[in-house]
Amino acid sequence: MKALSIKNLSKTYKNGHEALINVDLDVAQGDFFALLGPNGAGKSTTIGVVTSLVTKTAGDVKIFDIDLDKYPAKAKSYLGLVPQEFNFNGFEQVKHILVTQAGYYGIRTKEAEPRADELLKQLGLWEKRHATARTLSGGMKRRLMIARALIHRPKLLILDEPTAGVDIELRRSMWQFLQKINEQGTTIILTTHYLEEAENLCRNIAIIDRGRIIENTDMKSLLNRLDKQTFIFDLKSSLPSNIDLPNIHYQLIDDTTLEVELNQNESLNAVFSALSQHNIEVSSMKNKANRLEELFLSLVEKSEATL
Amino acid sequence: MNHWVAFQTLLTREVRRFLRIWPQTLLPPAITMTLYFIIFGNLIGSRIGEMDGFNYMDYIAPGIIMMAVINNAYANVASSFYSAKFQNHIEELLVAPVPNYLILAGYVAGGIARGLIVGLIVTLVSLFFTSIEIQHLWITISMVVLSAVMFALGGFINAMYAQSFDEIAIIPTFILTPLTYLGGVFYSISLLPEFWQNVSLFNPILYMVNAFRYGMLGVSDIRVEVAFAIIITCIIVLSSFALYLLNKGTGLRS
Repeated sequence: MKALSIKNLSKTYKNGHEALINVDLDVAQGDFFALLGPNGAGKSTTIGVVTSLVTKTAGDVKIFDIDLDKYPAKAKSYLGLVPQEFNFNGFEQVKHILVTQAGYYGIRTKEAEPRADELLKQLGLWEKRHATARTLSGGMKRRLMIARALIHRPKLLILDEPTAGVDIELRRSMWQFLQKINEQGTTIILTTHYLEEAENLCRNIAIIDRGRIIENTDMKSLLNRLDKQTFIFDLKSSLPSNIDLPNIHYQLIDDTTLEVELNQNESLNAVFSALSQHNIEVSSMKNKANRLEELFLSLVEKSEATL
Repeated sequence: MNHWVAFQTLLTREVRRFLRIWPQTLLPPAITMTLYFIIFGNLIGSRIGEMDGFNYMDYIAPGIIMMAVINNAYANVASSFYSAKFQNHIEELLVAPVPNYLILAGYVAGGIARGLIVGLIVTLVSLFFTSIEIQHLWITISMVVLSAVMFALGGFINAMYAQSFDEIAIIPTFILTPLTYLGGVFYSISLLPEFWQNVSLFNPILYMVNAFRYGMLGVSDIRVEVAFAIIITCIIVLSSFALYLLNKGTGLRS
């Protein structure tokens, strides 16, 4: 079953700006899906239409096969949204925000309170349950929005740049949390500017640019399309100045750092063998740039070149 | 989907909001209306004498209570709904499976609750200055509730269109307050020249104040059944219009 099915979705704003042009997008149940694109590409508009915050110009949206136009209440009951901007009442207490949101989904306070307590504990907000929301730190506010989105146990969770401005430690703990709820069956759609995040978490991906989907595939196939990768090798000893590594495209960054460019048909083993022959040990190795980032940039550049 | 729970939640949130900020919502009307009783009723009223067979203080008491009810029912919905728009937390409701009629009902119920609580406070204050005995209990109660509904709807429509906090202050300042003062709170329209009596009949607040006064004192400048018909018609028109705006997403959805 599809968790989300979008057909021929278009949105033209009153000022004439075409934010979405005939967008088709399917997200399978249980998927962890990345929706990527540059700023202003149409990600937030797509999410806005799906979550009823933006009115569409044309097209159809189905959530778990329920038509959003025909049965809005049923379709919305499956959805949870973590928006980009903080959008809770800063003067309300943290726990009240969760219990109130549950009430909008028809969940009585008696049932909502234990669920709210559970989420507040899981997301490290338990100590702040009686604090007013505006007194929370930025990271806590992000976690509060995640807790609020999950209070009614949605089958489809949409996160619009959930880790923007969040420190790396908290970002990683949020990743673990999201992976856990995805494993428990919640379908997740994520937009992010941290492509490392999308690469680590998501199985499938769509890239949107200027209101059109320019790529929609699984992460593995997309990454396999990289025809060239650049690696940085940190070496344990200095390289001799007269060293020659045959059939390898490389350049020396400094005495102990080597930059190697590999085509898709070439193997890293060849580099290691060549270095071993000169008794040079490698202490660490990394991609020069994030692989998805390289692909993302090349796809967006191609898309812009065709316009 | 239990819509009754959603309605209760919305109402509870609204009541909690105005109780939390009671120095801004419940205290000022009590102080203002006490001043009205002291200045207009006690100091000036003692020189005016009787009006429609009642001493002036007793005569203006129903109008002052009604003024407090409609101002607060209006202000509660206008400020709460506009704040929700301004802080974007209206999105909590828009993404949830809450039908538009229920969003409207929840906010209006919040406005009614504040209007009635303030009305009760002002009534308690009036007991220090007057000795009113309610003549028609059900007319009094139904008129105060209907008036609160009507002005809560007005506040909702105002907030739907408002783009700034100034815009939710304009209507109360330039329309609501003048209409209230000219709506027979402090005088009987029989004191006015015929032309201004006829002009006054276009003011809906005149009907509310007089029907409410009839409920409390048994005297009115207009027929009570006409007042009910006009207010119920206004409620139907305003609620239909508010629902139309909500369905269209005016000021809410881009």
